[in-house]
Amino acid sequence: MDAMAAIKQTFFQECEEQLAELEIGLLAIQDGDVNPETVNAVFRAVHSIKGGAGAFSLDDLVHFAHVFETAMDHLRAGRLAPSHEVLKTMLRAMDVLADFVRAARDGGCVDAERSQTLAKELRALDPDGSGAGSEMDDEEIAFEPVLMDQSMFDDELEAAAAPPVRLFTIRFRPKATLYAKANETALLLREIGLLGEMAIACDASALPLLSELDPEGGYLSWTIELLTTQDEAAIREVFEFVEWDCDLDIESDAASAAPDDIDLAALIQKMQATVEAELSALSPPPTRVDPLAEASRKDADASADPGVIDLAKARQKKSEQAVGEHLGPKPDQGAAGGASQPTIRVDLDRVDRLINLVGELVINQAMLAQRVMEAGLARASGVATGLDELEQLTREIQDSVMAIRAQPVKSVFQRMPRLVREVAAMTGKLVRLVTEGENTEVDKTVIERLADPLTHMIRNAIDHGLESPEARAAAGKPEEGLVHLSALHRSGRIVIEVSDDGAGINRARVKEIAASKGLIAADASLSDEEIDNLIFLPGFSTAPSISDISGRGVGMDVVRRSIQALGGRISITSRPGRGSTFTMSLPLTLAVLDGMVVTVAGQTLVVPLTAIVETLQPKIADVHGFGGGARVIAIREHFTPLIDVGRELDYRGENADPLACVALLVESEGGVRSALLVDAILGQRQVVIKSLEANYRHVPGIAAATILGDGRVALILDVDAVVASSRADSAAFEQSLATAG
Amino acid sequence: MTEIIRTDIASARELIAFRIGAQEFCVDIMSVREIRGWTPATALPQSPCFVRGVVNLRGAVLPIVDLAARLGFPPAEPTARHVIIVAQIEAQVVGLLVDAVSDILTVTDDLVQATPDVASDMAKTFVRGVLAIDKRMISLIALDQVLPAPERDAA
Repeated sequence: MDAMAAIKQTFFQECEEQLAELEIGLLAIQDGDVNPETVNAVFRAVHSIKGGAGAFSLDDLVHFAHVFETAMDHLRAGRLAPSHEVLKTMLRAMDVLADFVRAARDGGCVDAERSQTLAKELRALDPDGSGAGSEMDDEEIAFEPVLMDQSMFDDELEAAAAPPVRLFTIRFRPKATLYAKANETALLLREIGLLGEMAIACDASALPLLSELDPEGGYLSWTIELLTTQDEAAIREVFEFVEWDCDLDIESDAASAAPDDIDLAALIQKMQATVEAELSALSPPPTRVDPLAEASRKDADASADPGVIDLAKARQKKSEQAVGEHLGPKPDQGAAGGASQPTIRVDLDRVDRLINLVGELVINQAMLAQRVMEAGLARASGVATGLDELEQLTREIQDSVMAIRAQPVKSVFQRMPRLVREVAAMTGKLVRLVTEGENTEVDKTVIERLADPLTHMIRNAIDHGLESPEARAAAGKPEEGLVHLSALHRSGRIVIEVSDDGAGINRARVKEIAASKGLIAADASLSDEEIDNLIFLPGFSTAPSISDISGRGVGMDVVRRSIQALGGRISITSRPGRGSTFTMSLPLTLAVLDGMVVTVAGQTLVVPLTAIVETLQPKIADVHGFGGGARVIAIREHFTPLIDVGRELDYRGENADPLACVALLVESEGGVRSALLVDAILGQRQVVIKSLEANYRHVPGIAAATILGDGRVALILDVDAVVASSRADSAAFEQSLATAG
Repeated sequence: MTEIIRTDIASARELIAFRIGAQEFCVDIMSVREIRGWTPATALPQSPCFVRGVVNLRGAVLPIVDLAARLGFPPAEPTARHVIIVAQIEAQVVGLLVDAVSDILTVTDDLVQATPDVASDMAKTFVRGVLAIDKRMISLIALDQVLPAPERDAA
């Protein structure tokens, strides 16, 4: 069932999109959007999830979605005012719906108590107070799962094991509400067709004159004669979702219960003849198909990704062909989903291959330019001009290719409103989240790895940053705290800010804690900025008690490590009583890295710029021997281990003369500072990261490789590993001295 | 007729022969991706002596194995005349540094003799069989042993 699995995967992808749309819509309504189209959009989102889930027999999901949909319908029909409370319930219901979708996709289960509570709350929203009625609906839904795949894939099997064939006459009269709920009669009719041999007659007699026609009304009705081995329940199941939006009569021909007496073929022929006769009499003008076309279009619009032929649309297309042939011109496919931008899904591998190739092109172009220069061709010559143009083109290609991997940070930002709601509920604080710059684009890998640190920071902002409503009121602030999340591009990097309008950092307390934990000397005099940055130290947590939300032993130091692992930096500014702002600056892609190009013992190395704190020229008085082979350097009266990169990487056997070298002060894991000794600094450059493992294996002390402008491979230093191994080395060195002596 | 041709094709294979010092070796042509001239390699720290370093192969980082050193001869002192055979070994692409490529041979499997039983580790580890062609002895190299195993990490 590979095809089924693939369809299912597409369904889950679409669920994510629908959920996103749902959230955007609900938030817009909360902010006072009264456009009926917004309400329709959220309704469609829930409805599409329900429909798709039904096809996969995801009963729990269908059940909850149905309750949700019913509540949403009251909202849509204006029976329910979009009050703050109602929307809060709906937003939480959306979170549960998302949980159901995820549980269905990844396995696992949903907090039953929570979902039941919400289902109850949703039912309570029924303005007629007839909560019991909708509960009845739910039971119907719950007890008859939709088993469309059975009939779709096991048709022949079933025929072989033939239970008695019966003839049903189904009269199906959809009401306008059926179309309004984005159902499509064509799909339903086709489902019926799957149950057995079917003949359909369409009754268009109720169609009014064109001038009186309501384009969204329902005028057509169908009479279906169905020869099936299934029972009536199976037929009712098909109409399950629309039962309350149509008149449905199902009559079973008792006489046909004895299958042996029936000449099936003759009966079918007879039915076909009747139907064809009726159909030929029926050739309505195009406008008359409008209710149907309208429904199809709505269905298509609801899907955010028109480039992907998904389950629903594949079905829609087929049914359009089937029904369209009889009913007149097909609805215009081009118009479907025309509003959203066309997109395609592409394998990440393919994009990466393209990016690699373009990287090679860039290097090649640089080499070519260098050769031309070396050949002594004049700047003004045709070759040189051509090369300039080539350079521009390659740059443009590189930018465009990188842009393919770039995605808006929206996908991460969208997860935050839910987090805020949950944390706010847990802490009893009132929080409003404002996001900005969701469309700022950054590499997909960066986005993926941004979610955790961002989650942590938002939690922190609410838990530690914002005060309780009472405290806020006392301080003369609005009770509802504000968390501001924004993203923007600045000088080739993406800058993400998380700010709150809380109390700001309690500097006295931070200093006290840092001193009590031995992170700083008790009498150290620190600037405000230095105190603020203490919270990034490992083992620092200001929460007085370990709460459920933050302070699980994972502090801001972890956030900083993960940001640094991405080649980023994080800083904080805080104003007492006014709030704090965390600012993260990240590279736009992980395929390239800002590095300092250095030479060590004749080899060219690249040191990631994010690790380097400063560079300095060692003075003889500052360098001290320390034990066996180790040396330290005094930097502003602070003794820091001095590591000779050349020795550490076995490029040379003897320690280099520090006077002829440059020291790079680096910060490695855990905020440990060390000085790396290199021969010279060649410059600063953005380099394309190449894997060593692909064709070789991991090399200790080396993070990756890159190719420089001259076409040679240069290695990128793994600062953490070099520092760690130098510590292990000196221990081993002393040990070997002891045994040799 | 068809049968005979088929068996011929099946058992015939092409080998690339190359020299290291005075000895001749060969590898299956199907594993050879390209042959290129020697370019200086970037040394890799903490690597076995037979790994000369890495070079840029059109944007990919290609490790260079000094086949002489790998087979137990004195390490090569590469000049512009030396040749790198770019070979595919399972999922990895590796450059093999050799003195010169001498021949392309078409042989059938029955020409490959078993490795003579000599007390050489090189023969046991790397040589899959030997060929006698024009009174020359050419050893067929098994490439899968050439790269150091990842778990036998130098550190």
